[in-house]
Amino acid sequence: MMIDVEALDDHGDAIASALEDAVLRYEVVDGELTLHVPHDRIIQVIRHLKDEGTCQYKSLIDITAVDYPGRDRRFDVVYHLLSMRQNQRIRVKTALREGEIALSIMDVFPCADWYERETFDMYGILFSGHPDMRRILTDYGFRGYPLRKDFPVTGYVELRYDEEVKRVVYEPVKLVQEMRSFDFMSPWEGAEYILPGDEKADEKEGAS
Amino acid sequence: MNEITPINPVKDGETSIRNFNINFGPQHPAAHGVLRLVLELDGEVVDRVDPHIGLLHRGTEKLIEQKTYLQALPYFDRLDYVAPMNQEHAYCLAIEKMLDIGVPYRASIIRVLYSEIGRILSHLLNVTTQAMDVGALTPPLWGFEEREKLMIFYERACGARLHAAYFRPGGVHQDLPRALLDDIWQWTEEFPQVIDDLETLLTENRIFKQRNVDIGVVTLDQCEELGFSGVMVRGSGGAWDLRRSQPYENYSDYDFQIPVGKNGDCYDRYLIRMLEMRESTKIMRQCLEKLDDTLGEPVSSLDGKVTPPKRADMKGSMEALIHHFKLYTEGFKVPAGETYACVEAPKGEFGVYMVSDGSNKPYKLKIRAPGFPHLAAMDFMCRGHMLADVSAILGSLDIVFGEIDR
Repeated sequence: MMIDVEALDDHGDAIASALEDAVLRYEVVDGELTLHVPHDRIIQVIRHLKDEGTCQYKSLIDITAVDYPGRDRRFDVVYHLLSMRQNQRIRVKTALREGEIALSIMDVFPCADWYERETFDMYGILFSGHPDMRRILTDYGFRGYPLRKDFPVTGYVELRYDEEVKRVVYEPVKLVQEMRSFDFMSPWEGAEYILPGDEKADEKEGAS
Repeated sequence: MNEITPINPVKDGETSIRNFNINFGPQHPAAHGVLRLVLELDGEVVDRVDPHIGLLHRGTEKLIEQKTYLQALPYFDRLDYVAPMNQEHAYCLAIEKMLDIGVPYRASIIRVLYSEIGRILSHLLNVTTQAMDVGALTPPLWGFEEREKLMIFYERACGARLHAAYFRPGGVHQDLPRALLDDIWQWTEEFPQVIDDLETLLTENRIFKQRNVDIGVVTLDQCEELGFSGVMVRGSGGAWDLRRSQPYENYSDYDFQIPVGKNGDCYDRYLIRMLEMRESTKIMRQCLEKLDDTLGEPVSSLDGKVTPPKRADMKGSMEALIHHFKLYTEGFKVPAGETYACVEAPKGEFGVYMVSDGSNKPYKLKIRAPGFPHLAAMDFMCRGHMLADVSAILGSLDIVFGEIDR
């Protein structure tokens, strides 16, 4: 599909000027419009996008988060909206610190319910104003937030059916072999391995 | 788990009236997998539905973050396992968009052909099992016979009946043999008769209509409000199909109709699925004609950084061998950035939101499953309906747990 980047840029500009300081900046990359929004203004922005005549983003496509452990504001909460009338998509991003509470947009989009529950389940981001903040995808009684980068792929517990107690029991994960993670990066570019026995290589270089 | 708990019992002299909580699933055949519904009933009328999902959660998104782009591809077959290639399609489109590579025309045609086969696979399963949910037994038997033939087409293209891993970034894995194309053509000639037969069983069937007409009605405004897509929107009168409105691949080259319903009930959604199967057959025939015109053209991108060298080259060329090895271990790197790509999967809009940090693995990948918002609306759609309608509504939503639980 051909996308008119200029028109998209104008559209982003119009939204940004209508909302003034509620939009930090907007960008058009690969024909996709992204708004960056402070997290306490998200409801105002989403409501504007939904109701304003030139926007009419009436369908909420998706809510998710991205975890950047190295950043000060660790999480990005990402909203995808679709306007069937304008045949246009938009992405809204807002950054959050760990422990900061996001605002629920359920007043604007009731269908945000499950998406916000999922984001909470996977990243531990709480949404204030959500009436039923339960876990959704993980097991009953699950602990931890699996999609955070510091959560191990193997998890912490494993379960099996115990013939003696006649029920499923949970036990700490026992791996016969250490979990291996290959990155397959070329050693000439990008890989950051320390070769065994070569730990002092950097020091030597520094000395000489 | 199956105990019946009375809530706020009311005494009215002789009998006591009370609300019941019952469990529907997770082992109920009409739950289409592992859905647990906690239903609050007032007599036989549903007061509240609380779907419990996640019983099939496999952590697909977490696993994909650990794999290279090519290794992550087969996970997409395991989402909506009823129409595997449609999922791969969205993933490949996302990668191609970020790498900024094109797909050869013949590969595009093959992708469309197999996406439409996937659509028929999914609709056949859904329509016939929906009929089974409301009491008919013959439709699934007839429908599955055709599904079997289609899965053999899958098998002959890629070697697997379900988990295809056939669409690759930059094209498809290999070209289709001539005999297969002839057999698919033969099948498209016979299939409309099968749809006609299925329609004689269902369309004017008194019981089927009693169970589906005016059940689970959603208006177009509600559809938008609830985040619906695909057949659910079209059933309520919205002319919205990504193949038409935001054409991807080469869908704009085909001549096909988008069926649109009027009433937004279960019966309209059934009719649309039947019509879509006819349209898909039409698209498939056009694909086969186009494939005839493009014989011998490449089926995967000529960019050697994304597609592996030919087997024959690897036997003689050291460079080709190294290239192959690098591609299947290190894989290719995708420039840093983010994108959202979506396709019109049989169940609605299937989207992939991908964030790359410039390495050979996706930094974050979110799968937007069409069934997720549909199932979330169960509470809204079932309120005030009878208990028996729950399975009819669930059937018309077209739920597959592979994609909802991920």
